[in-house]
Amino acid sequence: MQAKPEPLIKLRGVRKHFHKKASFLEKMLGRMKDQTVHAVDDVNLDIYPKETLSLVGESGCGKSTLGRAILRLHDITEGQILYRNQDISKLDAQGLIAFRQKAQIIFQNPYASLNPRKTVREIIQVALRSRGITNFFEQEKEIARLLERVGLSRRHMDQYPHQFSGGQRQRIGIARAIAMNPEFIVADEPVSALDVSVQAQIINLLEELKQDLGLTYLFVSHDLSVVHYVSDRVAVMYLGEIVELADTKSLFNRPLHPYTQSLLSSIPIIDEQGKERTRERIILRGSVPTPINPPSGCRFHTRCFMKIGEICERQKPAWTETNGHGVACHLYQPGRNEIQT
Amino acid sequence: MVLQIQDLTIGYKTDKGIVKAVNKATLHVGKGKIVGVVGESGCGKSTMLFAIMGLLGKAGKILGGQILFNGKDQVGNTPAEWRKLRGKDISIIFQDPMSSLNPAHTVGRQIREVLKNHRIVKPEVKGWLRRRRLKKLEMERVCELMAEVGIPSPRERYHDYPHQFSGGMQQRILIAIALASEPQVILADEPTTALDVTIQAQILDLLKKINRERSTSIVLVTHDLAVASEFCDEITVMYAGYIVEQGTVREIIANPKHPYTQGLFKSIPRITEKKEKLEPIPGNVADLLELGEECPYFSRCPHANPKCLKFVEMIELTDQHRVRCVLYEGAGESRASEAGAVN
Repeated sequence: MQAKPEPLIKLRGVRKHFHKKASFLEKMLGRMKDQTVHAVDDVNLDIYPKETLSLVGESGCGKSTLGRAILRLHDITEGQILYRNQDISKLDAQGLIAFRQKAQIIFQNPYASLNPRKTVREIIQVALRSRGITNFFEQEKEIARLLERVGLSRRHMDQYPHQFSGGQRQRIGIARAIAMNPEFIVADEPVSALDVSVQAQIINLLEELKQDLGLTYLFVSHDLSVVHYVSDRVAVMYLGEIVELADTKSLFNRPLHPYTQSLLSSIPIIDEQGKERTRERIILRGSVPTPINPPSGCRFHTRCFMKIGEICERQKPAWTETNGHGVACHLYQPGRNEIQT
Repeated sequence: MVLQIQDLTIGYKTDKGIVKAVNKATLHVGKGKIVGVVGESGCGKSTMLFAIMGLLGKAGKILGGQILFNGKDQVGNTPAEWRKLRGKDISIIFQDPMSSLNPAHTVGRQIREVLKNHRIVKPEVKGWLRRRRLKKLEMERVCELMAEVGIPSPRERYHDYPHQFSGGMQQRILIAIALASEPQVILADEPTTALDVTIQAQILDLLKKINRERSTSIVLVTHDLAVASEFCDEITVMYAGYIVEQGTVREIIANPKHPYTQGLFKSIPRITEKKEKLEPIPGNVADLLELGEECPYFSRCPHANPKCLKFVEMIELTDQHRVRCVLYEGAGESRASEAGAVN
């Protein structure tokens, strides 16, 4: 690979904690104390221009929270998010408007993310107005162009969201996102609410747009087959932490972290030859622990099938990286034997 | 044959007229077999399951056909007859465990309810001690069931409420309820759609174990072809209320015949292959209200031709493979090979 360009977005030690306050009554009864949900913990990540970086993990692992934090839809608790070397948590109102023009989001559920009382024209108009296109005719032309770009047509302009199918609504959501001429888009599970035959249409559309407009995607998804198809690099999250990060090929061919291994082995695969599957399936015990009180040390140790010993419970594994394939696991620490003795 | 559905047609009454959600569906479920029903939303796969359980309600009506359970037709059962069958010989696992468990009762009580209703546990004791003995035996049986579906320390968890369990554990409770009466058929309506992949693997594993150990037949309704291909023995593909293709897993995967099945396979990203551009099926799922005589897939089909305006009957290719498409009509053998080449 050639020398890496300057990252578009840099995350440094990003944490996002949600505080849940116990009610007065609950406190008096001693039933509950104030709780902190560790949604995202100490995440370091670089997103390079024109790549598709995927965040995968099970529900509740903090992948959507992280995606939203990057757009400052959540204010982070600690750490820094740098967009073109500019700390986005320090942006003033003007700066934030400029930033949000460059960074957009496509939401998961196209039924909930479009205002049901606005026509498609009105939905997209808002974006155009903030881009400075106020002339009616120019707007008209631009909206038609955007709709055609995402595979709808001019005549859909004055219809309401409920008149569209799920796939078409997602297209409207995409049109709204690209209306701002963004360079970075967070796609938060963009196809998981859609039917199988429509999913492929939307995935192809996203790929085309990336090529044509030179976009950078942060693709948040739990569907590993889709992730494998769209991404250049993949980050695996578990309980708020990134446990493995590598380019797609390397991650799917040679997963290092036990969690990634089990995740990959539990994907159902269509086997064309119809023969019995040869790969062994790793079935994890139990389910994800609560992020309110995450396990000590390596957060995966409660379910890990390769646990080395006490060190996993006691010490948080450091991030080790070889040839761009990073992993946080004690199995791969240099000189791990010395630590053990 | 444990369960046999013959030419089943189900209609829903709507403002715009009667919508046929299932059209002349024929499905055979052998003993100990796992049959997958695959299709997109609105294709009638769940409606068919509900009809088998007699759960259609007032809006839905069986317009024709038979549901044979152990050779006896169940269409036209009285509510009492349905209650006897439901949960005893056929049970169902729903998609969303949180909304199908009663939040106000403990899970133990909900599992025990099945045992009580169908009088499954029979204590030897007679007289005044009988009730106490019955309760004790039933509770023991519930704990056994909970242990069997993989709930740790069932005795302590008997008195917990559904919200105290995670999604995967709730699904296990539902499976325990379905198992309680030792049914001959379990219907599973998208049992893993609401769950994460690692939990999905656990649940499918559990269902497979039940199938193997008790030779319970399972009908799995899913939209996920990959799940169906790993889990089932036979696959039925439905589109817009019609069964378009039926066969053994091996046949359907290696040799899909109907253009819709072929399209589905091409539009799924695969991990095992090199990246090829996905070929999505154009357009949207057909609107049931607008369907007439023609093949429901007509507007999206790459092989559409004037003959498709009259939808054909099911064509038997081999005894393991049936398809419903004009391409495979006896006369059009050259066409059939052509379509095979495309695939």
